[in-house]
Amino acid sequence: MPEEPDQRRCDRSGRPLPTGLYHPAQDHDSCGVGFVAYLEGKPRHSIVEQGVRVLMNLEHRGALGGDKSTGDGAGLLIQIPDDFLRRECKGARIQLPAMGEYAVGMVFLPTDAALASACVEAVERAARAEGVELLGWRKVPVDARTLGELARSTQPEIRQLFLGRGSIPAEAFERKLYLLRRAAEKTVGALHADASQFHIPSLSSRTLAYKGMLTATQLPEFYPDLRDPALASAFAIVHQRYSTNTFPMWRLAQPFRMLAHNGEINTLRGNINRMRAREPLLASPLFGPDLEKLKPILQEEGSDSAILDNLLELLVAGGRSLPHAMMMLVPEAWGGKYMMAEDKRAFYEYHAAIMEPWDGPAALVFTDGRYIGATLDRNGLRPARYTVTRDGLVVMASETGVLDIPGDKILSRGRLQPGRMFLVDLEQHRIIPDSEIKAKVSRQRPYRHWVKDNRIELRGLLAPSHIPSEDPEVLLRKQHAFGYTEEELKMVIAPMAIRGQEAIGSMGNDAALAVLSERPQILFNYFKQLFAQVTNPPIDPLREELVMSLMSFVGRERNLLVETPEHCRQLKLHHPILTPEDMLRLRSTRRPEVVARDLDMLFPANGGGKELGEALEEMFERAEKQIAEGATLLVLTDHHMDERHAAIPALLAVSGLHHHLIRKGLRTSAGIIVETGEAREVIHFAMLLAFGANAICPHVAFSTVRELTEMGMIETAATHDDAMDAYITAVKKGLLKTFSRMGISTIRSFVGSQIFEAVGLGPELIEKYFSTTVSRIGGIGLEEIAGEVRARHARGFPPSGRPARLLDVGGTYHARQGGEKHLWSPDAIGMLQQSVRMNDERLFKDYVRLMNDQSRAHVTLRSLFQFRARSPVPLDQVESVEKILPRFASAAMSFGSISKEAHEAIAIAMNRCGARSNSGEGGEDPARYVRLPNGDNLCSRVKQVASGRFGVTTDYLIHADELQIKISQGAKPGEGGQLPGDKVSAEIARVRHTTPGVTLISPPPHHDIYSIEDIAQLIYDLKSANPKARISVKLVSEVGVGTVAAGVAKAKADMVLIAGHDGGTGASPLTAIKHTGLPWELGVAEAQQTLIANRLRERIRLQTDGQLRTGRDLAIAALMGAEEFGFGTPLLVTLGCVMLRKCHMNSCSVGVGTQDPALRARFAGKPEYVERFLRFVAQDFREQMAALGFRSVDEMVGHVEVIDPTPAQAHAKTRHLDFTALLKPAEPLNGGARRCVRAQEHEVGRSMNAELLRLAEPALERREPVEVNLPIHNVDRTVGATLSGEIIRRFGSRGLPVDTVKLNFKGSAGQSLGAFLAPGITIRVEGDANDYLAKGLSGGRIILVPPAEAAFVAHENVIVGNVVLYGATGGEVFIAGVAGERFAIRNSGASAVVEGVGDHGCEYMTGGVVVVLGPTGYNFAAGMSGGIAYVYNEAGFFDTRANLDMVDLESVWSEQDRARLRGLIEEHQRATGSLRARNILENWDASLPLFVKVMPIDYRKSLERMKMGEDRDKETVSATEEVYHG
Amino acid sequence: MGSPTGFIKHAREEAPKRPVSERVKDFAEVEQPLSEERLETQAARCMDCGIPYCHMVGCPVRNLVPDFNDMIYRHQWRRALELLHSRNNLPEITGRICPALCEASCTLSINQKAVTIRQIELQIVERGWKEGWIQPEPAAVKSGKRVAVIGSGPAGLVAAQQIARAGHDVVVFERDEHPGGILRYGIPDFKLEKRFIDRRLDQMRGEGVVFETGVEAGVDISARYLLRSFDAVLIAIGARAPRDLKIPGRDLKGVHQAMEFLTQQNRINEGVAVPEDRRISAAGKNIVVVGGGDTGADCIGVCRRQGAAEIQQIELLPQPPAGREADNPWPTWPRILRTSSSHEEGCARLWSIGAKEFVGDAQGRLKKLRCVRLDWSAPDASGRATFKEIPGSEFEIKAELALLAMGFVHPEHGPLVQDLALALDERGNIKVTPRLATSTEGVFACGDAVMGASLVVRAIDMGRTAAEAVNAHLAR
Repeated sequence: MPEEPDQRRCDRSGRPLPTGLYHPAQDHDSCGVGFVAYLEGKPRHSIVEQGVRVLMNLEHRGALGGDKSTGDGAGLLIQIPDDFLRRECKGARIQLPAMGEYAVGMVFLPTDAALASACVEAVERAARAEGVELLGWRKVPVDARTLGELARSTQPEIRQLFLGRGSIPAEAFERKLYLLRRAAEKTVGALHADASQFHIPSLSSRTLAYKGMLTATQLPEFYPDLRDPALASAFAIVHQRYSTNTFPMWRLAQPFRMLAHNGEINTLRGNINRMRAREPLLASPLFGPDLEKLKPILQEEGSDSAILDNLLELLVAGGRSLPHAMMMLVPEAWGGKYMMAEDKRAFYEYHAAIMEPWDGPAALVFTDGRYIGATLDRNGLRPARYTVTRDGLVVMASETGVLDIPGDKILSRGRLQPGRMFLVDLEQHRIIPDSEIKAKVSRQRPYRHWVKDNRIELRGLLAPSHIPSEDPEVLLRKQHAFGYTEEELKMVIAPMAIRGQEAIGSMGNDAALAVLSERPQILFNYFKQLFAQVTNPPIDPLREELVMSLMSFVGRERNLLVETPEHCRQLKLHHPILTPEDMLRLRSTRRPEVVARDLDMLFPANGGGKELGEALEEMFERAEKQIAEGATLLVLTDHHMDERHAAIPALLAVSGLHHHLIRKGLRTSAGIIVETGEAREVIHFAMLLAFGANAICPHVAFSTVRELTEMGMIETAATHDDAMDAYITAVKKGLLKTFSRMGISTIRSFVGSQIFEAVGLGPELIEKYFSTTVSRIGGIGLEEIAGEVRARHARGFPPSGRPARLLDVGGTYHARQGGEKHLWSPDAIGMLQQSVRMNDERLFKDYVRLMNDQSRAHVTLRSLFQFRARSPVPLDQVESVEKILPRFASAAMSFGSISKEAHEAIAIAMNRCGARSNSGEGGEDPARYVRLPNGDNLCSRVKQVASGRFGVTTDYLIHADELQIKISQGAKPGEGGQLPGDKVSAEIARVRHTTPGVTLISPPPHHDIYSIEDIAQLIYDLKSANPKARISVKLVSEVGVGTVAAGVAKAKADMVLIAGHDGGTGASPLTAIKHTGLPWELGVAEAQQTLIANRLRERIRLQTDGQLRTGRDLAIAALMGAEEFGFGTPLLVTLGCVMLRKCHMNSCSVGVGTQDPALRARFAGKPEYVERFLRFVAQDFREQMAALGFRSVDEMVGHVEVIDPTPAQAHAKTRHLDFTALLKPAEPLNGGARRCVRAQEHEVGRSMNAELLRLAEPALERREPVEVNLPIHNVDRTVGATLSGEIIRRFGSRGLPVDTVKLNFKGSAGQSLGAFLAPGITIRVEGDANDYLAKGLSGGRIILVPPAEAAFVAHENVIVGNVVLYGATGGEVFIAGVAGERFAIRNSGASAVVEGVGDHGCEYMTGGVVVVLGPTGYNFAAGMSGGIAYVYNEAGFFDTRANLDMVDLESVWSEQDRARLRGLIEEHQRATGSLRARNILENWDASLPLFVKVMPIDYRKSLERMKMGEDRDKETVSATEEVYHG
Repeated sequence: MGSPTGFIKHAREEAPKRPVSERVKDFAEVEQPLSEERLETQAARCMDCGIPYCHMVGCPVRNLVPDFNDMIYRHQWRRALELLHSRNNLPEITGRICPALCEASCTLSINQKAVTIRQIELQIVERGWKEGWIQPEPAAVKSGKRVAVIGSGPAGLVAAQQIARAGHDVVVFERDEHPGGILRYGIPDFKLEKRFIDRRLDQMRGEGVVFETGVEAGVDISARYLLRSFDAVLIAIGARAPRDLKIPGRDLKGVHQAMEFLTQQNRINEGVAVPEDRRISAAGKNIVVVGGGDTGADCIGVCRRQGAAEIQQIELLPQPPAGREADNPWPTWPRILRTSSSHEEGCARLWSIGAKEFVGDAQGRLKKLRCVRLDWSAPDASGRATFKEIPGSEFEIKAELALLAMGFVHPEHGPLVQDLALALDERGNIKVTPRLATSTEGVFACGDAVMGASLVVRAIDMGRTAAEAVNAHLAR
């Protein structure tokens, strides 16, 4: 008898009910995916078996729940197994007509019998209604013995439904099935009882799905059908789920009806809204009036993949071919940098007017029963490898080697490239390549002519006459009224107009949250941007700009289900920023498709919430009327504001109108253009777009730029136009940056995506104007918003008549009296510094009082928290300071961002206290591993592994007690670290393995973490290299961080760090510091609630940081669930930091945040100061504990009920805040705990690595040579890392002599082969290898050759996956074959020879040598600032696809180059026996001229400087500048 | 700011002073301006700090120091002037005589020399006067309400200007012959020439402020008259009651309060005829100045210019250290030895000295001061240090003129204060609410009268606060 699901928490399908901060809408999933098929198309049972085997071999890509036996989901989609079903039906007395004449439905029914029959009844009634003949039901046999507790508790009753086609035409049958399924779903959905278990995984005359909340191993055990030899299919699509959903569900297992998806749709919210808006326009001759029955098309309670499946089903049922539909939904990048057929480009442009991309990392496998296809997202962010055998078997999966195939049987091996598609046609018995599929689709209609003849270009419209500049006094009034500050002019707007990019700042954001601020805030400030972390990667909009796009069509959309030339008769915008001239063009054109109508977004200047609401309603009504009258562009404008009319906040007007029109089914009838004076910062534009605007004209910002130019503030601009251009450029770049933070590539999918979370906005406001936006603590409404507008408006139009000549001071970025509140007051800094210098605890208490002072602080959410009275315990009964100190950690601050002196002082202090110091992401000088004579230890106990992998050597990894994977950082989530060139001294460059003087920008994503299963792999890699270290993952608070934390827990991290948005930084764009991420209070609460609900909390520790200052802060963090605490800025303050916020300029005058030797000499900090601070704060924490009646931190963790959910009242705006959800106590399930009580069960000890340690004993013990021969499989992951760690541990970073340990493998190696391989080990694989080969290579050798007996040509076949040599610092790799995308990414010292690479080769490389003996993909050498690459440019097109922003191309002419190149190729030939190499060497004189030497410009400069004995050069143009202005 | 490395490249350069030998011959200003080019270089030293301590904790009027420094670096003099005036009505005064708390808290002064903020301020405003940018700014709309301001020191002037600009009619009552109070009569010309006050007064007159001089409120006009004729009254009468030295011989001829002496010289400089018999002259005399503060230093400068023989300045407290002590960290006001331009002009400074007795000749004329050396204890737990006289350390200072510069105790408690029935605090200052209302409805007070003798810059700040309070009161 299955256990009842916990009814308090979830419905019967296991779908959790929203509670506390946990909301199921935040679920994500990622996984392993694949298919097997025989081209001949004959069904066989062996295909099913092979499918299951593929699934099992992908098992490590899935995840287990808190009960350790419930899989997140596994499934199989096959052809209808006619023979098998016929036999089974005979037994069940069901008469099956001929194959193709009947359909099978896989149906999940509620366990409740009465409910089940209601569902059955619903299905049958729907069938009857569609005239489909009911043949019968078959109870699907299941064996639930091995299921996990969670899976069993929600397991549905599973039956198969048989329906006869009867007289329905064959081509209409699938549509009928679709209609009846939707009808049944809707009927069941309307039942009053909880029938959530009901689900129809498949209902088709072609395909059948077996799936469930299972592991791969459990799948065939659970469904005995699958083991039946009669069950045969010509293909099997398989999927193994890794859900970051804490509650995996049966129906969310994949494959879905048409597709299986590995990845995540980042733009889901916008896609859903847009689809809802399109629904009223839908019409199809194939469905006729039946179409209504399908609505709503998308079942929003499904996962992102399920929803995509819904749409795919509609498009295909609506008449588009499967490849056509996929090309619409997940288009490849088609920007100017790509060489592609004009017809195909036109196809994509045409469809850009119809459907926005469903954007995000994606490997998609899809089928309609005849075609089995696969496609990748434009970035190629998921792996997809395939093998075709001589007997016609095609295996495609996330990894190679998922089936054992003898070498001599292999016909070819390949991979899917970014944006490419691949189709198996079972009727034609062949594989159709990308070019053929797309050529056919893109030529099926004259798209090219349609686009050329119909699109409307802005510049094609009437040219306007000169527009006079704004009257200075009017401008001043508007600036006041829109809340412009002097600070913004200087720090935000002027830098944009000067440098064409956003300003950079440093240190954290310690200003008050908008809702806590007593100054009138513009509405934008109440929103925080969300960003990609773990489940999907942010993008690098700079180095990988070619996949990004700002182009969009604006205007009236048409019916999605048909294609006409008029569909693209819309205004084409190359980017969304419109100038006043553009606005004049739009308003004065007479073209019938461009009908722009103004809507004033104004309300009475003395009005309150009521008047504001009325004005909005009136505006919405007018918009509807204008649409009815033919308007295709609605222009929201505040241009006419005056004394009596104040501007409605643009965001409110836009989002309100957008949602109003969606609700009315009119949103696609017109584009929304906003002409507002309010928008000036990048994030303002981004928000307007994300909440529904299609284009923006920032009229006051433009006038301000003009004014600043006239004032001489824009030194660089010769004319107003130059300044304006630079400002627009900055906005454009900033927008791309904003998109990329969330992993979104195009504006088309960004518009309406709502990737923001509100803090402090009330539920009514959100529901009406910002529907479905997350806002978790309630807050203000229209009344308060109107009040803030009034206050600003009155400054522009004061009763005295004359507005102040200077704008408000601001004080948001730099403190100003009368400006914004900040947590760090000058007094607090003074007191803290003096208290640690004098060792004066009394003074420290003064500091604490100042920080905690409720009447003044109110900067953070916790400042409004109040403790409930509890009986205190005597202080001497509370655990000691010494016991508390080990819970303290220093925040990750790299050597580079701060000076050597500061970095070492912190390390010494933390080590003295038994607390943890963190290296940050800049590597660590090995000299620090040796203790000082006085016993002090400079070694950072926590070593960070960030996306740049600077200095991440094996030696670095083994000198750590904790390895921390930095996913995001509070000051700049969604982007990489940044170290300005000025700070990259010779010493820092050495430690980081980079080039002195060259700006370092870490990649926004870890290029080995594009998805949740990838982080499990990286954790496994690190644990393998240093099994003694605990592994932690640093995340930043945002909605959904709880589910990510759960995923991280399942990935076996030992600790998860939830950082607040307000953490510090050495350098980051101001937007990132101010507008991304959320307070840790929200993140910790959500993580704690989610982890407990999932029984994962007990095996992972929780740390938090972000402006933690006093014992009170720690007490609150502990009560909310944190058991460890990090400190950043206060440590720097004790060492002398006085918040100059100059870290990014290298001009810190107190020697903390600088590398300038003269300034470093002024450093006056001492480790003692840090130590005293930690002790003081621990003591203060103890006192808090005593007062609250706790004797230890362990006792205290998670007791959130001690905090009163009623917020303290600061001012009118905080009145509406509601902390109930935030402070909802999470009760552990039976036996669970609210803190970490047991260790993760790591599997590294059971891997091949353990065996290798044993086999290599002679080498480890006696340095004797060892040679090992073993088979290898894709499940053997990270092979060689543990042995490498051990060698370095014993013999130091120089390891052992070359070839001491030789490991010879045959087969397909798993991911991360040879990761962190140490000197002395040589790995040779005969076969192929998966992703992440040679990750962090630290001196070892890797040789990869195809199977000896293989008949294919090595250099034409893919032999290794993506992201090879990521972060390698030394060693050699020889690969006889082609590699995937991002070869040698961030290589900083290894040498490699390979015979072809995919896109983004040598990206971000800073050292080493790479030789490519074959073709290279797009974007080679992007961001490459060091090292050298030699490319055999046989076809001569290398430079058209490479990224030449930072490199020069040269011939290989110097003797030194020739010798090096020849030497490497000879070595390659020797090591691999490469035919390719032999041919080149044999024709050396003819081949040599075809080689191109890729030389980074900065690297050459640096080499020249070094030659001249000079380490630094202030004149060096930083990488950012170089690329931005390139 | 502007140049992020300005502070590394450039050293602090102070305004030049006229040579001692030249300047002691007249009462003209000692300091001279820097060239604008050099001043802009000095402005480039500002780091535009994330927390500008100069502005946040240093400057009592919260001058937007980093912002005007940046403007000067960018040659935006006129905007800088506007910014300066947005926080301070009398930058030409503070630019000359302010001890520059801002510079003491400048983050650069943690480990090198502060930005020359005061000099930059001064030159911004002087450029404004030179260019004619500073003009009356009369209110656009008049309220018809009337305000009396009693006293024309810095607090009164600033308040009067701010109230007038809000549209009210303001009459300033001053008992001396010219407005300016302590600025005009207390500060020697070599630090602040009086023409700088006059041009500001002209601006104020242009804004409608009426000055009634030679009128002592409470005496020449009654308190009742004030209350009846004005909608609000603001008391800004300073803290004129000096601290006295009650030792034997205090009544001898030649023992004077510093302020009598300084005021007289300023009057003479203005051309007021002072009868010879009432003249306090230092010419040819040995001088002892009692009190080591700024007023004492001013006395030294005036004595030097009058042709004194020897000048000795004695101070009760011990000699401060040359640099900051550990318990006096940045950004607190540094208790260090300061040397004024007057000290440079020649005098002896004696520390830890107690004055015991003025000794005179038969005519009752001062001849010498008997003193004793003191031994100061280390401060106790409450931070209080005490002293003991060192037995046998008595000595004498030869002096024909003694000037008492020991500070002021509180405002004068004359008829005005009495008739308005103003409550006083325990120190004898006028008692006010945080919004500067006195115990009598419609009567406000500000400046030294409220806080005791303090800095001009604090008086300016309080004058502005008082104006806001009065304006708010009138807007009710």
